[in-house]
Amino acid sequence: MKAMVIGCGRVGSAVALQLQGSGWDVTVVDEDEDALNRLGESWTGDFLVGHGMDLRVLREGGIEEADAVVVTTDGDNTNLVIAQAAQKHFEVPTVVVRVLDPARAQFYATRGLRIVCPTSSAIETLVGVVRQAERAPA
Amino acid sequence: MYVLIAGGGKVGSNLTRSLLRAGHELTLIEQRPYRYEKLEAEFEHQVLRGDATELFVLERAGIRRPPDLVVAATGDDEDNIVICQLSREKYGVGNVIARINDPRNQPYFDLLGISPTVSATGAIMGLIEHEVPEHGLIQLLELRKENLEIVEVTVDKNANCQGKRVRALRLPEGARLISVVRAGKAEIPDEETQLKVGDQVLAILEPGKEDELRRALLRD
Repeated sequence: MKAMVIGCGRVGSAVALQLQGSGWDVTVVDEDEDALNRLGESWTGDFLVGHGMDLRVLREGGIEEADAVVVTTDGDNTNLVIAQAAQKHFEVPTVVVRVLDPARAQFYATRGLRIVCPTSSAIETLVGVVRQAERAPA
Repeated sequence: MYVLIAGGGKVGSNLTRSLLRAGHELTLIEQRPYRYEKLEAEFEHQVLRGDATELFVLERAGIRRPPDLVVAATGDDEDNIVICQLSREKYGVGNVIARINDPRNQPYFDLLGISPTVSATGAIMGLIEHEVPEHGLIQLLELRKENLEIVEVTVDKNANCQGKRVRALRLPEGARLISVVRAGKAEIPDEETQLKVGDQVLAILEPGKEDELRRALLRD
């Protein structure tokens, strides 16, 4: 199975390594070549330096044959645009995108994008932990 | 009319000035503090500070009314795309105009159905092409929605089509000659029209067929 990870920060690099560990053929794209260091010594997949919005880079990275694309650059809007292109234009079967702003995450989720919003997850967890105090004995 | 402009750089601020002068109601959104202060000194309460891709910022700017027009004129193409999508699809704004900063991003705007778009590079390139045509075809008009373009070709003495009748030309499928201007007079060519040196020919074709058309009319 072939995956593309666009944006190789803390999240993207870890996702890429885990997928590689499960036997996926993974290509990583990041505009900063130093991001390759995050993948470490064990990395055997492809790494392309380029902007995730650059269609040539996406094609070169094999987006047309990809089974899955994970979009995790540090820009919400960049992620949303790339994810829509991957889904609508390149018709990648599985596209998942990180969006930090809960409001935009919610809106685009209603339009058919698979969105992970770490901010919403954090809020839910934090509130959940605090509300456990309601049930705890005084 | 009520206009919302996102991005107070050169484009956004000059648009604001012109539209206000023309008597329109308007809100300009600018994110950067330094720019915002300068704009506020000039436009006062008509400038709002914030990120125009944040829903609450758009709502404070009155996007729920909704505006007659939203202009996404930030220096960031992804932001402009998201501003247009939110405006149209979440808030029901009827008209959006998007600025394209990097012409390589044009396909994204097309793919996501965001139009009209305005790109300074594209506009200047169009003018340059018109002045200095590289491949012999001058693009006159691009009908993006219809996926057609109209180009002009001048027949010179080495042109393949010179002296030939239209029916003898090997025009690519999806291309048609729509007018021939000879000595300042335009006519609509038919199969029997013979092309001569100095003719200015207008053709309509599908984008991507320029090379085939050039080979049919001019040279290999």
